[in-house]
Amino acid sequence: MAAAAGNQSAVGQQYTTNPPRELPKRRGTELMLLAFAAVIVTTAFVLVQINQEQSLSWSILWYGGAYLAIFSAAHVAVRRWAPYADPLILPCVALLNGLGLVAIYRLDLAEAERARSLGEEFAGSAPRQVLYTVVALALFLAVLRVIKDHRTLTSYAYTAGLAGLILLALPAMLPASLSEVNGAKVWLRLPGFSIQPGEFAKILLMIFFASFLVAKRDLFMTAGKRILGVELPRARDLGPIIIAAVVCLGILVFERDLGTALLFFGITLMMLYVATERAIWVVVGLSMFLVGAFIAYQLFTHVQQRVTNWIDPLATYDDPGGGYQIAQGLFGLGTGGVFGTGLGAGRPEMVPEAHTDFISAALGEEIGFVGLAAVLLLYLLLAMRGMRSALAVRDTFGKLLGGGLSFAIVMQVFVIVGGVTKLIPMTGVTTPFLSAGGSSLLANYILVALLLRISDTARRPIQQKPSGEAPPKQLAPIAEAHTVMVQRPPQTPAEGGPALSASGGQQGPGQPAPGQQNAGQQNPGHQAAGHQPVPPAPGGQQSPGQARGGRQTPPQTAQPASDGPLPSGPSQTGPQQAEPSAAAEEPAWPTEDSTDEPNRPKGDDAT
Amino acid sequence: MNTPLRKVGMVMLAMLTLLLANTTYVQVIRGDDYASDSRNSRVLYEEYSRERGKIVSDEAGQVLAGVEPSNDNFNFRRTYRNGPMYAPVTGYYSIMYGAGGMENAEDAFLNGSDPRLFVRRLSDMVTGRDPRGGNVRLTIKPAVQKAAYQAMTENGYTGSVVAMDPKTGHILGMVSTPSYDPNRLASHDGDKQQQAWQEYSEADGNPMLNRAVRETYPPGSTFKIVTTAAALEDGMAPDAGVTSDSEVTLPHTSTQLENYGGATCPGNTLKDALKYSCNTAFAEIAGDLGPEKLRATAANFGIGEDDMRIPLGVVPSSLGELESPAALYQSGIGQRDVRLTPLQDALLAATVANDGMAMKPNLVKARLAPDLSTIEDIAPEELTGEPAMSAESAEALTQMMIQSEENTGGGGKDPELKIASKTGTAEHGSDPKNTPPHAWYTAFAPHDDPKIAVAVIVESGGNRGLAATGGTVAAEIARATMSAGLGGG
Repeated sequence: MAAAAGNQSAVGQQYTTNPPRELPKRRGTELMLLAFAAVIVTTAFVLVQINQEQSLSWSILWYGGAYLAIFSAAHVAVRRWAPYADPLILPCVALLNGLGLVAIYRLDLAEAERARSLGEEFAGSAPRQVLYTVVALALFLAVLRVIKDHRTLTSYAYTAGLAGLILLALPAMLPASLSEVNGAKVWLRLPGFSIQPGEFAKILLMIFFASFLVAKRDLFMTAGKRILGVELPRARDLGPIIIAAVVCLGILVFERDLGTALLFFGITLMMLYVATERAIWVVVGLSMFLVGAFIAYQLFTHVQQRVTNWIDPLATYDDPGGGYQIAQGLFGLGTGGVFGTGLGAGRPEMVPEAHTDFISAALGEEIGFVGLAAVLLLYLLLAMRGMRSALAVRDTFGKLLGGGLSFAIVMQVFVIVGGVTKLIPMTGVTTPFLSAGGSSLLANYILVALLLRISDTARRPIQQKPSGEAPPKQLAPIAEAHTVMVQRPPQTPAEGGPALSASGGQQGPGQPAPGQQNAGQQNPGHQAAGHQPVPPAPGGQQSPGQARGGRQTPPQTAQPASDGPLPSGPSQTGPQQAEPSAAAEEPAWPTEDSTDEPNRPKGDDAT
Repeated sequence: MNTPLRKVGMVMLAMLTLLLANTTYVQVIRGDDYASDSRNSRVLYEEYSRERGKIVSDEAGQVLAGVEPSNDNFNFRRTYRNGPMYAPVTGYYSIMYGAGGMENAEDAFLNGSDPRLFVRRLSDMVTGRDPRGGNVRLTIKPAVQKAAYQAMTENGYTGSVVAMDPKTGHILGMVSTPSYDPNRLASHDGDKQQQAWQEYSEADGNPMLNRAVRETYPPGSTFKIVTTAAALEDGMAPDAGVTSDSEVTLPHTSTQLENYGGATCPGNTLKDALKYSCNTAFAEIAGDLGPEKLRATAANFGIGEDDMRIPLGVVPSSLGELESPAALYQSGIGQRDVRLTPLQDALLAATVANDGMAMKPNLVKARLAPDLSTIEDIAPEELTGEPAMSAESAEALTQMMIQSEENTGGGGKDPELKIASKTGTAEHGSDPKNTPPHAWYTAFAPHDDPKIAVAVIVESGGNRGLAATGGTVAAEIARATMSAGLGGG
């Protein structure tokens, strides 16, 4: 605030004279962070080798080379196809994936040792995981290349929904010989390899949900019945999604894939809440969940078993299907303690399925609480960057999808790490980017590609020339806009200031100088004002007419190639044209925080 | 739509915070509990990759349990020289089944975690050596152990031999047969370990039971040492008259208690009664003494000591309830509910040999650093601090036991040894008359300067069936053991 105040006088006419700011793409930052991730992963790899074999082997070159090649390619692709994408997302993924590879390689060494002492053949998972990563990279590139604008996805919403349902249901309908691996009927066994279609269904269904909810959003919000003081959408508006959700859950329960069921349920609930902005859905959903969980507990012995194992895994340690695995995971975590045994110096292989479901226990044993906490925070960082992009992006579909994808990451981590650490009953899902397994990795790379695409859109400057008399050639991208001291245009009436704090701030951008002060003090709920300088306000809760332009039914939304909501903007905001140019203000002070955190500047000022 | 998105962001934050809090709980707060859970074999693995200390015998420092490098990821394999012979002494050390016996009792020292090794661990860290465990020097004399073990196994006997130095309590030999080979349990091959464990657990004769300290038996006539000591302490003279009847009726019952073979006692004094092991006399003596006096004397022999550690845990020996005169009669001759471990039985002879003072039995002579410098010498201790009998009584009892030895048959008699002994033939089982009795023999030598005290039990008569007696079955083994002990100086 101090800086802003200091600038106030200096800024003066600056917005007219200052040449439009070249928006930082931040690809250099990304490269640095990727290099940092590579250093960490290489160090981890070397540590494993030193502790396990007392000498370095050539495999480090092989793995290191593959790792570098994969993420160099990813980086180049982002530079080319999503140059404005968030610079933190890819490095987070690279680090997680790298640590996963190290953990899997480390477990391979232990398994190979065991196999050697038993005189058995052993094929490690690490080379396969590298191969999966390469395939995942290919998919990642393809998604970035093909989907130039995430809004095109809305055209395929119903296709995606149908495909998702079919993928989900396929394993349940196929005979066990084609769909069952290790007792879980969630696979498609193809010659040579197997895939878990559920992982892909997750993303397809999220695209469908997001698109559907956005298209019907106004119906939910307007044409509802009031029950107990709460407006509920009409059943026929909400029907498809409820049906889809129930079918998904039904299938998953039938397949005994409780973890994925929980994951889907959480995501659906979250998207419903974000789209309708009605907390009642969360209440209704959670009550349904409790009832469902109770019924499932009564009906299924495997649910009871999991709960028993959760309450005290040590008590059922010796029972078949008992708490042995969880107990071993806890022993490993406990043995690791605060700082861990050191990579390669523990015995994580003692936990069954250490390289898939229990990889967090394996990591926690060797890198300790400190390391595990860092990994968890990495997930949080990744998801929060995704969420930032969702907040910054202009279209509601992008918001909902970006938010959903980000939430999916955290939800999945919560379900699996919570299960491993005995916070919640254990339900098997993979740990994103860490666990061995192709399907999960492939699907999560698609997810990241979509997030990058959304974040790219959010931060990309608007190229469209505004019609109308306002001078600025380049609008600040919404995400880059920050609070600027603007000269009060003589024709603007002074009513804006008070109105701002009361009315959600969509007029904020037009505020004269005093109004700006107010904008700075707005509560966090209105941090969205960060992009409200640009007329077609992003949140959509603004004037219906304006917002609706942005959330027309899918085909229509898709038509304007880049900026669906924009056309209506300039005309409406004629009088308030001051601020787009204001975004191109004096470059000295706001650059750092404004570029990384599109929405923050005002909020930061306020605090 | 941003407001709910922000709230979802907060929920995400909350979820991760929950995970972090729970991870803190598991890894930091409960971490030690999980790490030290007995089912967490990671700790054992960790120990395994350290060089575990050796268990060495007293004389010449023979290595009873050592390590050899193994080129798997445990680095070292535990090896036992003469595994079965020393198994009751060393115990076992297994990846899957943990540690037993001395390996367990001295585990902290052997694996190097004992605080007394702390300074050396620091220096190991500074000099870059892998940490090593300390060594344990035992009181075992290989010659004694070997003689006792061979005597038992050559005859195929099930039972135990315990030999100790009466003046220090040092255990010179401790045998339990049938035995097992701890090398098999120390194998790094999981299947072999499992197979060995299963075989030993299911085998006849329970080879993994250390009979010397983990099993109690009715002591039979060897218990008359205690009864006699109590009587002498009560003022009874060795020449005092006692009954020589072939049988007595137990008070308030119609049950007859008879002498061995239903014979009349050839003498009618206390010393004759011990020499000929007359049951009727000792039953009456015990009845006259009453439970308190008998119990008080027995306590100073160590009977009833419920936390004896050598440092292996010793199951307590006991007199039973002594609830009635009849029970007292039977207990006086070591039947009814009297139960002694072979170690306790050896302690009877040892106490007499040491002028009535029981020394605390001990297997560990010293604890040594990895570089073999002594960290701790274990000094001999008195067991209870009070003598079980006066030196005069002990001398009188010694004389009686010399007489008893003269009256005892069996092989391996050698006047050079100067043995004082007492035999026992203990009935047991639900049909005592038709179950081969346990053959006991407890003795010390030489009687003028005792250096070794021994107890032998051969379960269920060894190879002699119903006709077995302590003299015919057990004496020969004890004599061979004492001969080995004295021969070695």
